[in-house]
Amino acid sequence: MSLFRTELRRLSKRRFTRYMTLLGLLVLAAVVVGVFFTNQKIDAGQLARAERQADQQYQEQVRWSEQERVACEQAKTAGTATDGRYPDDCSMITAPSRDQIEAKWFLPSTFDFKETFDETLIPFAAILALVGFVIGASFVGAEWSTGGMMNLLLWRPKRLTVLLTKLAALLTGILAVTLPAAVLWFAGFWAVANFRGSTEKMTSGVWQSFMLTGVRGVVLVLVLTTIGFALASLGRHTAMALGGVVAVMVVGQFGLGILLSMASVRFAEAWLLPTYALAWMTKTVTLQDWNSCNATYYGECKPATMDITWQQSSVLLSVGVVVILGAALWAMRRRDIS
Amino acid sequence: MPAVLEIEGLRKTYKSRRRGTRNALDGFDMRVDAGQVHGFLGPNGSGKTTTLRTLLGLIRPDGGRMALLGHEVPDALPTVAGQVGAIVESPQFFPHFTARDTLLLLAGAGEVPAVRVDEVLELVGLRDRSGERVKTYSLGMKQRLAVASALLKNPQLLILDEPANGLDPGGIREMRTLMRTLAESGMTVVLSSHILGEIQLICDSVTIISLGRRVAFGPVDEVLAQHSSGAVRIRLEAVSDLPVATEALTEAGIRVTGHPDHLMLAGVDKPASVTRLLAEKNLYVSELAPIAVDLESVFLELTATAPVPGQHRQVDESMKVGGTGQPGPAGGGWGA
Repeated sequence: MSLFRTELRRLSKRRFTRYMTLLGLLVLAAVVVGVFFTNQKIDAGQLARAERQADQQYQEQVRWSEQERVACEQAKTAGTATDGRYPDDCSMITAPSRDQIEAKWFLPSTFDFKETFDETLIPFAAILALVGFVIGASFVGAEWSTGGMMNLLLWRPKRLTVLLTKLAALLTGILAVTLPAAVLWFAGFWAVANFRGSTEKMTSGVWQSFMLTGVRGVVLVLVLTTIGFALASLGRHTAMALGGVVAVMVVGQFGLGILLSMASVRFAEAWLLPTYALAWMTKTVTLQDWNSCNATYYGECKPATMDITWQQSSVLLSVGVVVILGAALWAMRRRDIS
Repeated sequence: MPAVLEIEGLRKTYKSRRRGTRNALDGFDMRVDAGQVHGFLGPNGSGKTTTLRTLLGLIRPDGGRMALLGHEVPDALPTVAGQVGAIVESPQFFPHFTARDTLLLLAGAGEVPAVRVDEVLELVGLRDRSGERVKTYSLGMKQRLAVASALLKNPQLLILDEPANGLDPGGIREMRTLMRTLAESGMTVVLSSHILGEIQLICDSVTIISLGRRVAFGPVDEVLAQHSSGAVRIRLEAVSDLPVATEALTEAGIRVTGHPDHLMLAGVDKPASVTRLLAEKNLYVSELAPIAVDLESVFLELTATAPVPGQHRQVDESMKVGGTGQPGPAGGGWGA
């Protein structure tokens, strides 16, 4: 049996791997089931009822604005409209137009595959990335802390080969879980859309977009798995990776976020890692600076914006993997094992 | 006999900003010939485990030369690793795997046939408990598992660090028999242990290390002979004659220590000269017993680690070759 197959076997035999994988898959299943039960298929009767409710709402708005306009004029005549309750010109009090009150507001939640499935790939990737990170950290961290790595190196003295083979086995294992899970995720939400929503307007372009988002999700899972593995190998303990990520998130992200907010830094989210993870999945995240005003031809005040793109995220993820994995490999090669 | 393990001038220095520089290995030499059971002895912190770890590629040396089975290491470790079985320090295994799984995974990594797992489990007496998780094992059982893992490769050279640690008396005897059987089958065994009685019983030769340097090496009998102090215990027919005997022996240049019912003599080359001397004074010996030196006393003398009443010896307070407390000029294999 080769070292790679042995490591794959070691990974699958570990109880932590099995329990974490099961937990992750159960959470994903719970999401699908939850979406199934909180959505409904819309029939013609529900649509008609929603239209009636929209009409009713419109009529109420018309009545209310008419009452307010009359009250405004009476207050102006009596000279009591001084509390700022009414505008200077009472004719400005008008009801919204009918088309501004949409019937869909009165419909129960329904799952539109074309509109919504893309968003579900974000929690899918996030949950499996977390599972991959923890399993990756534990897989090599436990080996270091229980002396398993030392035992293995007595059999296979090529340190880098051992570490990289372990990583390859880990990524293969994670991929073996992620890919079928992704297929089931697509199938699950397709079923949800069929029974509790709509699968209309699906074109090859939409499918292609979903597939690309799915691929980016899988890459994110593999990247975070590698980072968890590398951090634990660097610290030679699982706690190094878990402690490191807690420190980064609590101090480096929440703390930094608060600090940037207090300092009124423009586009503070551009300094936070989750923004880049989100941009990686959604292709673009547009940040807005509400303290600025870009006037339009129509006199509107638009906030300044900044786009974080998936290409920028890919650079950050690549640099992160290269630096952390590189440090782990360097430490593996140079540091004594005692 | 060809050497299966050779170390020359091995150096390893640890540097720390707070604690300064410490030479864990300070020009250490060692040689083990094929087919021997070789004892590797030294006080705590003397450099035994550092030597073994360095030899096995776990620690990077700062200088010196090492060879295993005729190949220079660490460069040739990938070549010889399959022929060297080793356990270093306490046995460490993943606690949630069974002993069988642990060995199967190691066998897989080393591309050893799985059937060998059953053979070594039988050999170390774990056959019937091999399906239990390692975390349920006693220290002695873990030790057996560690030995099994080292034997898995059917190595030419077996390096065991404290293999008897945690074993029950029966287990120690089994381990002793196993070591001898393995040596008879042509395997070379290097045994690091603090149970010096065991070493004396099992080993053909020994190396004693103190503060990173070799202080003694050679066949066990030669090492003991080199440190035989010529001590003799005598008793006389009449206890009342002991003061007269003390005077006569002292005049003859023999160091005498008196006891209520016997005398202890030191520096006696030939016990017969004592009986002759006392007989000439009409003092008749009822018992004359040369005191045999054992490995423990030699070890304590060489490493200067014998306990002194009222003193608490610290870990690094032991003998260093060329340092204070250096034993007198050594002949034969001493300190060479």
